[in-house]
Amino acid sequence: MAELPNLRRTAQVGQIERRVLMRGTLSLGAVSLLGGCDISDSNAVQGVLAAMSRWNDRVQAALFSGTRLAPVFDERLAVKNFRYNAYYPKQKAPRLDASDYRLELSGLIGDKRPWSVAQLHALPQQSQVTRHVCVEGWSMIGKWTGTPFRTFLERVGADTTARYVGFTCADGYYEGLDMPTALHPQTIMAFQLSDQVLPSEFGFPFKLRIPTKLGFKNPKWVTSITVTNREPPGFWTDRGYNWFSGI
Amino acid sequence: MSHDASLPDVQTHPAIRRVAHWLLALSILIMIGSGWRIYNTSPIFPFNFPETFTLGGDGAIAIVHHNDGGVANAIAWHFAAMWLLAGSVLLYFLHTLVTGHLRRDLLPVGPRSFLRDFIAAATFRLDHRLGEYNAVQKVFYLGVLSAIAMMFVSGLAIWKPVQFQFLTWMFGGFQGARLVHFLFMVAIVGFLVVHVTLVAIVPKTLVAMVVGRASSAPHHISAAE
Repeated sequence: MAELPNLRRTAQVGQIERRVLMRGTLSLGAVSLLGGCDISDSNAVQGVLAAMSRWNDRVQAALFSGTRLAPVFDERLAVKNFRYNAYYPKQKAPRLDASDYRLELSGLIGDKRPWSVAQLHALPQQSQVTRHVCVEGWSMIGKWTGTPFRTFLERVGADTTARYVGFTCADGYYEGLDMPTALHPQTIMAFQLSDQVLPSEFGFPFKLRIPTKLGFKNPKWVTSITVTNREPPGFWTDRGYNWFSGI
Repeated sequence: MSHDASLPDVQTHPAIRRVAHWLLALSILIMIGSGWRIYNTSPIFPFNFPETFTLGGDGAIAIVHHNDGGVANAIAWHFAAMWLLAGSVLLYFLHTLVTGHLRRDLLPVGPRSFLRDFIAAATFRLDHRLGEYNAVQKVFYLGVLSAIAMMFVSGLAIWKPVQFQFLTWMFGGFQGARLVHFLFMVAIVGFLVVHVTLVAIVPKTLVAMVVGRASSAPHHISAAE
């Protein structure tokens, strides 16, 4: 996989670029579909696809249950050497130093003081053996240990009646969650994978482990959290993937 | 149903059935094309579908710009066409039910009549009469409708392995559901190949599905030709 030229582009630039790109790519796809016919107004078709994706966001939010738990598996089924997956090679994964790491908080949060790794690790923790499902179709069962995100949000006095939680990451990644998913009992800040401190390539000091979402909605190397009523952009959503992406 | 060989064969398709048929055809082509692109991202078997036959734009361009080989686009197509497919199947099903097309023309079909007509067809001795389905056709049409139903159920199991976890469990888990989804896709593609081939052999069936009505000369004459 080639590397993205500029990871820190804004969400808006990504969106404009996507629209331009889709205009170009759609006609090629349409050729293969319709055998030589050209969809004259491919922008309109892309508009329909985007509108359908927004509609699917709403359907998925309605299907989501805040109490229905993702299936949990026997610990023996958990994969020990979990698959590394990102849009860049493992060697380029951020290596954050615990001594100078700070988790920044912003938005509708009462206590916005930053958190150190030691403070995070002192939070109450629980384990889960759940299936990570990638949008590409592969899936893998793993064991993650960490703090229920709800506990953290309550601890910092977040307004849990707000609609969204946004994340930014050390590698330029960004992601957003709907509040019902953020408060789901299996949504955790994972500090461990397979009973080991979360390795650098898997998101040290923590990743959001959300077994009710596709893999790309589980941000790693989280460096800031914001609670907001404006839908936060998502890295892959800006590249055409569905925003809600619940499973 | 008795067939009077002295009367011309007539095939009629009411407008709603035709609309449902073509919307279904379009949505199935989109589902297959985009589904193949999605499959290519994480193949179940050691092969990929050639990109030309998939839907999702030019993968080489997309990977330069997005580091994504057009999968996002394919998924957008897949989950948009899913609603078109559901709508057209529902329209078709309700229409066949209300008009009696299902009861009169597609049912009943038993193993004996199927075997009889299948042997006749395999030895090229089966009359293909417009407006009347033989047992092989009945099994074919009911079969593809069942396959579409299975695609829905297995598709829901893949889309929502947590919210609809019972379905996913029924297929033996997430990867089991993917396999079932793939196998029924193969069944539908198989149906399409035979279906389109037969239409090419008897083009008047296409006329009927486009304008609503087609007839052939009285059967005993055409048989004498």
